[in-house]
Amino acid sequence: MNSSGWIQLALYVGALALITKPMGLYLMQVLDPKGKTWLDPLIRPLERLSYWIMGVRAEQEQNWRQYTWAMLLFSLVSCVFTYAILRLQNFLPLNPQGFAGLTPHLAFNTAVSFTTNTNWQSYGGESTMSYLSQMVALAIHNFASAATGIAIAAALVRGLSRHSTQLLGNFWVDLVRVTYYLLLPICLVFAVVLVSQGMIQNFKPYTTAKLIESYTITVQKTDDKGQPVTTNVAFTVSAPKLDDKGQPLMTNGVAVMVDVPQLDAKGQPVMTNVPVMVNQTVDEQSIVQGPMASQVAIKMLGTNGGGYTNANAAHPFENPTPLSNFLQMLSIFAIGSGLTWYLGRMTKNQAHGWSIWGAMLTLFLAGTLFCWWAESGGNPIHQQLGVAVADGNMEGKEVRFGIFNSALFATVTTDASCGAVNSMHDSFTALGGLVPLFNIQLGEIIFGGVGAGLYGMLVFVVLAVFIAGLMVGRTPEYLGKKIHSFDVKMAMLTLLILCLTILGFSAWAAVSDWGLAGLNNNGPHGLSEILYAYSSCVGNNGSAFAGLTANTPWYNTTLGIAMLFGRFLMIVPVMALAGSLAQKKLVPASAGTFPVSGGTFIVLLIGTILLVGALNFLPVLALGPIVEHFLMLQGKLF
Amino acid sequence: MTHKAPSLFDWKIAGPAVGDAFKKLDPRLMIKNPVMFVTMVGAALTTVGIFTAATDRGFIAQLAVWLWFTVLFANFAEAVAEGRGKAQAQALRGTRVNTVARRINKSGKVEEVSANDLRKGDVVLVHAGEVIPADGDVIEGAATVDESAITGESAPVIRESGGDRSAVTGGTRVLSDEIKIRISINPGEGFLDRMISLVEGASRQKTPNEIALTILLSALTLIFLLVCVTLKPFGLYSATVFSVPVLIALLVCLIPTTIGGLLSAIGIAGMDRLLQHNVLAMSGRAVEASGDVDVLLLDKTGTITLGNRMATDFVPAPGVAMEKLADAAQLASLADETPEGRSVVVLAKEKFGLRGREVAAPQAQFVPFTAQTRMSGVDFAATGGQPARSIRKGAAAAIKIHVDRLGGQFPEAVDRSVENVARSGGTPLVVTDGSEVLGVIHLKDIVKGGIKERFAQLRKMGIRTVMITGDNKLTATAIAAEAGVDDFLAEAKPEDKLALIRKEQADGRMVAMIGDGTNDAPALAQADVGVAMNTGTQAAKEAGNMVDLDSNPTKLIEIIEIGKQLLITRGSLTTFSIANDVAKYFAIVPAMLMVTFPAIAPLNIMHLHSPNSAILSAIIFNALIIVALIPLALRGVKFKPIGALAILQRNLLIYGLGGVIIPFAGIKVIDVLVAAFKLV
Repeated sequence: MNSSGWIQLALYVGALALITKPMGLYLMQVLDPKGKTWLDPLIRPLERLSYWIMGVRAEQEQNWRQYTWAMLLFSLVSCVFTYAILRLQNFLPLNPQGFAGLTPHLAFNTAVSFTTNTNWQSYGGESTMSYLSQMVALAIHNFASAATGIAIAAALVRGLSRHSTQLLGNFWVDLVRVTYYLLLPICLVFAVVLVSQGMIQNFKPYTTAKLIESYTITVQKTDDKGQPVTTNVAFTVSAPKLDDKGQPLMTNGVAVMVDVPQLDAKGQPVMTNVPVMVNQTVDEQSIVQGPMASQVAIKMLGTNGGGYTNANAAHPFENPTPLSNFLQMLSIFAIGSGLTWYLGRMTKNQAHGWSIWGAMLTLFLAGTLFCWWAESGGNPIHQQLGVAVADGNMEGKEVRFGIFNSALFATVTTDASCGAVNSMHDSFTALGGLVPLFNIQLGEIIFGGVGAGLYGMLVFVVLAVFIAGLMVGRTPEYLGKKIHSFDVKMAMLTLLILCLTILGFSAWAAVSDWGLAGLNNNGPHGLSEILYAYSSCVGNNGSAFAGLTANTPWYNTTLGIAMLFGRFLMIVPVMALAGSLAQKKLVPASAGTFPVSGGTFIVLLIGTILLVGALNFLPVLALGPIVEHFLMLQGKLF
Repeated sequence: MTHKAPSLFDWKIAGPAVGDAFKKLDPRLMIKNPVMFVTMVGAALTTVGIFTAATDRGFIAQLAVWLWFTVLFANFAEAVAEGRGKAQAQALRGTRVNTVARRINKSGKVEEVSANDLRKGDVVLVHAGEVIPADGDVIEGAATVDESAITGESAPVIRESGGDRSAVTGGTRVLSDEIKIRISINPGEGFLDRMISLVEGASRQKTPNEIALTILLSALTLIFLLVCVTLKPFGLYSATVFSVPVLIALLVCLIPTTIGGLLSAIGIAGMDRLLQHNVLAMSGRAVEASGDVDVLLLDKTGTITLGNRMATDFVPAPGVAMEKLADAAQLASLADETPEGRSVVVLAKEKFGLRGREVAAPQAQFVPFTAQTRMSGVDFAATGGQPARSIRKGAAAAIKIHVDRLGGQFPEAVDRSVENVARSGGTPLVVTDGSEVLGVIHLKDIVKGGIKERFAQLRKMGIRTVMITGDNKLTATAIAAEAGVDDFLAEAKPEDKLALIRKEQADGRMVAMIGDGTNDAPALAQADVGVAMNTGTQAAKEAGNMVDLDSNPTKLIEIIEIGKQLLITRGSLTTFSIANDVAKYFAIVPAMLMVTFPAIAPLNIMHLHSPNSAILSAIIFNALIIVALIPLALRGVKFKPIGALAILQRNLLIYGLGGVIIPFAGIKVIDVLVAAFKLV
């Protein structure tokens, strides 16, 4: 934990604090259909045209049911659209590498993944997706799923700030305005900045480069038709070598062993098929090309996280410089942070907005520092063996970023639901890897996925206010709205779904053959991998604790369902909550009212989040990363 | 007067409660409380486990016993709360066992029937010395009634037909005269009966907040059920076998049994505490709502001020000696038996040593107050060289007419004095001797001692007080300022009260009011918390949702505190219950993993003796904490009017942080004992 890390952390927090209000102010205008921005002359005609094409009456607001149905309909149609393109990409243009269409389960998983803002990738982008698939089928969701999340958050905030009404705004208007005024313009500028850092943006076929130093690998031989070649050989077993007298031959008291063919009952050698291996010299490398900067800009800003390349933000093209790394991390929190300011302004309680921001920041710092500490500590076994670098655990980390920037990046992306990675979470120490996992299991409410973070956090606020609100001697109220049984029911429903989906699917996978087949590591670490996969999908994060082979029909399908549950089964109760809050009368605040700002409130909120999160997941975490940590201390690794 | 609360574990209540705790194990009753129902199912499964398990039978048997105790302790808490409520209600209605009533039948004849046979609408005759058989309204006659049986107040009260004092309560005794009463309720529907049924399980309905809290607790229970059920496959993966009793133990420790077990006891205890203050609540909802009150409507007279105005000053006209004015005022008031009249006599005596004189006819003739003249006074015939005198006192307007008619002058200075008195919130009475205006008596509303402080407290609790008065604005302003109320409604007619309540409610506020008259009934019904005076009319009592047996208007403040206490107790114990789970995790989770992963030992931060002893200790703590908190649940967490933030901080510290720390100590102590007695 060196001073350069502390300075970078301070810079990051400072920059985040600085952009919060401007972002919030801009969101005020974007999320108000009559809002004014300096982009109006340029975009307003386009906006009107879009409404006209979609047949949307912009001034007509919707109640929570209409709003939710509109959102579901939009998600369904766009999901099917993406599924179709992925399946048919070999018949479609912009496929210079000639990639085949995706298998049904992979296409389902991927379409759902991008629709739900998860961006879980069961595939490697540069070896699977055509340019059209990347730019249309997937990128459209990078914008649309982000805009959907922000729209839902805006609807909930409207539910809080309005009273005695059914109306929560118009989904189509929110979707269009957020995309046109917020995401597209920022991404345009951001992409240019990224290009300036050396990120690529082109439509060229992949480049082939001649290696300076060629190397040799052993691969299976293929015949003319490209089929792997095998040969039939006798199955051998190890047996003691016998001397002339039929006695075992001994050297220094140890029997000398030789391989002898195994014989079956009839005395015939048992035969078996083995691959024929040949040495191959590699002297050239295929280098990825394509429209990367434009993809990366929205991948971060919209907390999508789906990498253009399989290495994601660890790839030199996808994250060329320290500045690009810093800006990418900042853009992940930018909208989530601005939304807290928007909440404060809309509810006419700016202190409340900042208090939520404060609670988020505290949890973020706690996670970052813990992860950084764990990674800096490194692995004691490596140190005993003398193979560890001086400053901690560098396994699975990009040397350009080092320990601090890997820990920070891992914390930021899992606080938000951005599945991008610039290091391999699987290779973190047990406790270091616990941080991203626990962040996701809390529901990614620390700044969070765009929109999703705020509405997830507000569910916790409702619960905190309900439990502790009683302690001031009034029936609980939040921002002047009485919290009744319906609201509690909806809030608890989201928690229940989060818990049910993560634990249910993980438990299933942990004891079924298909689940275990995908594991590359055994023991507690394998359990962490399964748990991380489902947590990441339910939380719509999308990052993976690599080490799990998830591109199988079972995993693709169950993870896809987990993503759908984690997104839409959460949004429906949240929208019902918004509708219920909007209808309520406003109770004026008095000296007897529970204060939803200030230190006490922040402590209360953090306490509720940690307590509920810890209580739900501690037992299984104890079987995973926690026990792994203690076993490591005893010298056992997985 | 308040009834003494029975001590918390009075055997007369605790004894039957033990039996009730077992009766309440009926699954049909238990299902109403999902948290405890799950606990009971867990206890039953563990009991089965004693016989099916191959090893550790002693340990499982002990687990089962403590799980059953957990359920029984919760039932016991509820039974004790019910028992206390019933005991108090029974004490209240003690006198009214089977009185004989004299009913007037349709033909007008009087027949003797048992009080239990009386129906709504029956008319009964009650003589002096008899007990009133049931609640009703006086329809003929007037009588003094001893209501000490229900109010504890020994001074008899007058009950008469018509007006606001017509309601009588069953069980009270007529002391004088004879009255006809129309019975207003059927047997078993009286206020006390309703209150008792509210305290008892049968008709008790959950209040809105209780329902919401139950949903929260049930959802948490469901989540923890999920956590424990999925632990089985996770264990399989990790080559660790979690036995069913151990998983049940973990489940019961995690689900919020503490608040789940005490929730209904807390609600009943709130009603009990109201009863101790001699307030009958018609629904649990009303008690809960009183904690939420934002606005308090209070009648000026009798609540904020003493019932009567008092003379506090004499303001003589120019050229008139103070003594002369005082003397005339005293003479004019000698025969005035109203408290105001008497206060004039007393003031003159205190200020100038003027003694009350015996003045009698024929020299003196008293002129009583009439609605026509709006004056009262005394006329002296001319005797013994004394000229005839005609002394009058009355409102300025009436005296002006009087003086004008006699050809006198109403001095401007007196006009100004009248105005000054009025502006300061007093009532001016002008005194004349013949056509000469002597000066002004300053009658003043006396604000009750200590009331200003009570209002300040209320303000800290976030409650606005609004004074309702028939006085004019000027007077009302002055009294409002003196009493420290936040707002007032002057020249209020009964319908104005209703309008004000509606307006406040439209703004989202909860309104409490206290009333007695028939014309208060609509407002009482509209208010969120309507407290009817026991002295009030039957209509008022029916309209309100609480009845104050003492008819003490300042009682509202106590009612609000009880409501707040109820909510605070609920919230605090919920927080405590959930916070407890942290320590239980640290006891049970390492214990469960210890066999497969001995490396996890450092997580056993309490250094508990053995896995089995850790699990048993957590379960024992979980059961005992319910018993330990019964007194708190019944008594309620103390409420202090110190502002929301301060209360929150205080309770978060005690029940939140305390809830995290206490079980660590508790479980450790129990573990030491379990190990010492070699229980596992």
